[in-house]
Amino acid sequence: MKLMPCPLNGLRNISEFICAGELKDMPLTTVDKTVDDKAWADYLFNQDNAAGIVREWWCHSATSYWFIAERHTVTDEIIRTYPADEIYKQRVDFTPPPVPE
Amino acid sequence: MPFGLLKYGLSRRYPAKKHFGTPGDLKSSYDVVIIGGGGHGLAAAYYLAKEHGIRKIAVLEKAYLAGGNTARNTAVIRSNYLTEEGVTFYRESLKLFRDLSNEFDYNIMYSQRGQLTLAHTDAAVRSFRWRAEVNKHLGVQSELIGIDDILKLVPNLNVSADARYPILAGLWHADGATARHDAVAWGYAKGAAERGVEIHQLTEVTDIVSSGGRVTGVETNRGSVSCDVVLQAVAGASSLLAKKAGFRLPIVSYPLQAMVTQPLKPFINPHVSSTQLHCYVHQTARGEVVIGGGSDPYPLYSTRSTLDLKESLLGHAAEMFPFLAQVRLLRQWAGITDMTPDYSPIMGVSPLENYYLDAGWGTWGFKAIPICGKLMAQCIAERSAPALMQPFALSRFDRLEQVNEMGATAASH
Ligand SMILES: Cc1cc2nc3c(=O)[nH]c(=O)nc-3n(C[C@H](O)[C@H](O)[C@H](O)COP(=O)(O)OP(=O)(O)OC[C@H]3O[C@@H](n4cnc5c(N)ncnc54)[C@H](O)[C@@H]3O)c2cc1C
Repeated sequence: MKLMPCPLNGLRNISEFICAGELKDMPLTTVDKTVDDKAWADYLFNQDNAAGIVREWWCHSATSYWFIAERHTVTDEIIRTYPADEIYKQRVDFTPPPVPE
Repeated sequence: MPFGLLKYGLSRRYPAKKHFGTPGDLKSSYDVVIIGGGGHGLAAAYYLAKEHGIRKIAVLEKAYLAGGNTARNTAVIRSNYLTEEGVTFYRESLKLFRDLSNEFDYNIMYSQRGQLTLAHTDAAVRSFRWRAEVNKHLGVQSELIGIDDILKLVPNLNVSADARYPILAGLWHADGATARHDAVAWGYAKGAAERGVEIHQLTEVTDIVSSGGRVTGVETNRGSVSCDVVLQAVAGASSLLAKKAGFRLPIVSYPLQAMVTQPLKPFINPHVSSTQLHCYVHQTARGEVVIGGGSDPYPLYSTRSTLDLKESLLGHAAEMFPFLAQVRLLRQWAGITDMTPDYSPIMGVSPLENYYLDAGWGTWGFKAIPICGKLMAQCIAERSAPALMQPFALSRFDRLEQVNEMGATAASH
């Protein structure tokens, strides 16, 4: 079986993992006050779905450990895996803007 | 007849006619360029030429005719979906399929043997009841049946209570069928070519040319072509073509693997499928047992096969028909399937004007070839989407109006 190098658990069978899709920037009302349904739909549904090197969220099911993997979608090679804090260094602020009175 | 055969056996000239010729160089311009020479692209070309009198059409196929998913699918044809939009759409496709051999004057070997889906959980039984009612209401033959009736249809199915997942009930769909997949594509290709459509094989579209939000032509490995309209029907390459056209799609591409065994004497008549086991089995006219299941677990653009998937699929097939464990595999392969989040296709206009989409057919688009071709042709000729295909517009995602067929597609056929 193909092996996935998990940053927490080392080399494990790839069947122990879930691929949770490409990394995307979530529309944030803290950044852009005009986030509408269309922007949400774009974030939720549209994908690059690239043929080549992609950057994705993966999760090791048994330990619920989430990390980032870079792999090649044509050659099926896993290039690099690393903990999410290599990219996400700051806490994301989800506080919604105040509702006008 | 035997004399005729003998005569041709001894003669140097073989009497078989070529279905379509080689069209020579690409013209500099066409009314319609269709990217992708699979069943979908060819059917659209056929109906454009036959029903709308549009004949300056080029079908551009990067490899050989219908060598993509049309050649790789397991040819399950059914209409027992869950949503009203889905059931009505696939029902119309089955109607066209039934008459296709006559229409082409070419045998597509349509064989209505019925389709049986097995439930192993209470949740599945509930969803079968629901599907059966929706189906009957819309004129599609579906009913919930118990073990006795299942055994009448498939006497050698393992219905033992000791199985890992014992069978509780079945959804019997008498309209279910199969057909020779290549013949469907060849029939459309022949009919289209006879009406003047040019089918260019080994012609890859390398770029989409647009200006002011309109498509004006395509670049290929054999030169540039200008055109009024483009139809993209490239199955496992939808996102890649859409990127060239300048937009993204709600699609993720996964390999889907399948296989056949050595030929056996006929022993299963209908198609038998289990959503719980993610496995389905049917026997072809020449006796091979076709085994298919769910897509690969992570996205990929490689049609490699894996032992993991083969092992789990065969384990499940052997649970349904234990004696299959003794049988040898003959061939195995994979295709790239473009999965949408709601397991429904994407048909119609795109963000680029005059650039039409026939995409997101995932693991279930063979059965849709006739109706999709007919509707796409009408959509292009009349510049407006027929009612039957409107629910499947790309814009449904912006409106959060998905057509959820996930449950009815869980065994991927
Ligand atoms: C293993 C497997 C089993 C399946 N089983 C079933 C089933 O039982 N029932 C069912 O209904 N469906 C099934 N499907 C799904 C079905 O096969 C597809 O949905 C259907 O064949 C799609 O037809 P198409 O014409 O769109 O695609 P294809 O036949 O794949 O045609 C697309 C063509 O576009 C060409 N192309 C791609 N890029 C370019 C380019 N840049 N330029 C020019 N040409 C290009 C490709 O070479 C290809 O020939 C299955 C699929 C697989 C892989």
